[in-house]
Amino acid sequence: MSDYMDGNMLGGKLGELFTMDVTSAMLTCVSCGASMAIAQARVYPHAPGMVAYCPNCGAVLLRLVRGPDRAWLDLRGVTCLQLAVPLS
Amino acid sequence: MAATREETATARTIVLDVPGWPGHLAGQHVDVRLTAPDGYSTERSYSIASAPPDGGADPPVVELTVQRLPDGEVSPYLTQTLAVGYPLELRGPVGGWFVWNPDGPASTRPVLLVAGGSGVVPLMAIIRERAAAGSHAPFKLIYSVRDSGALLYAGELTQREQAGDGLEVSYVYTRTAPPGSSQPAGRLNAATLASAGWPPEESPAVFVCGPTGFVEAVADLLVRAGHGAGAIKTERFGPSGGKP
Repeated sequence: MSDYMDGNMLGGKLGELFTMDVTSAMLTCVSCGASMAIAQARVYPHAPGMVAYCPNCGAVLLRLVRGPDRAWLDLRGVTCLQLAVPLS
Repeated sequence: MAATREETATARTIVLDVPGWPGHLAGQHVDVRLTAPDGYSTERSYSIASAPPDGGADPPVVELTVQRLPDGEVSPYLTQTLAVGYPLELRGPVGGWFVWNPDGPASTRPVLLVAGGSGVVPLMAIIRERAAAGSHAPFKLIYSVRDSGALLYAGELTQREQAGDGLEVSYVYTRTAPPGSSQPAGRLNAATLASAGWPPEESPAVFVCGPTGFVEAVADLLVRAGHGAGAIKTERFGPSGGKP
């Protein structure tokens, strides 16, 4: 399958849930321990919702399903999310 | 929508007045949502083609270049139906990864841009931002395109290159090379990446945008040539739900 996109495209939808841009946030894959920006994940947008896979080992990192009045964010494949925040 | 410009037979730039636009970074995209009278709605991501507004225009202007896909759900509307004065629902700017910032810490570093087809759109925003910001960071663009009829921004790229301030553009024609081309038609290969790009020792920042297969192939070639995987930023678009 080559019909995937990358995590850049999650920016708008995740941006509805987070207060900052998360596509440049670094995450660690549960399965293989690889570290990457969300923008580097492989995203298949054609499932019912969006599924992001680890580009290194192919494990599911996260799933995002959006309904009219709610969103489901399943982060099963992510151990840690590192976000840059402005100095307080 | 404030205006349109036809770029090729199948691509057009739509110029949008966006009141309250917070500004953007070159390389970011917007999500465009279309909603039918029956409530059905669909969303696509499109790269922003213009440099961030300089604050002179009120309301701020944002440009998108949209390639029409024959079986597309959104792109035919944007390239054929949408007329001046029509409203459009936008979300953005989106994305902080695939961006070039003239005020960033690495702003003087050489930059290699590699475009496949309409993947040139966010890279054009980066080239325009470089000029708007008065940056002299050395830039090289390698633009892979089917034939000369599919070239986006052909005149502008030539003009910007002739300005002689450190932007070099090389073209790779995959199907038909125009007369006088230095190379026959064919895919972008390691030799062209080496001759038209930067050597890894220059530690360029690399941006690759195009269809998924193109981006994979180019990223592999670059890593094999010795470029650090961490220095290569990619943006892919699929056949549907695509950007730009």
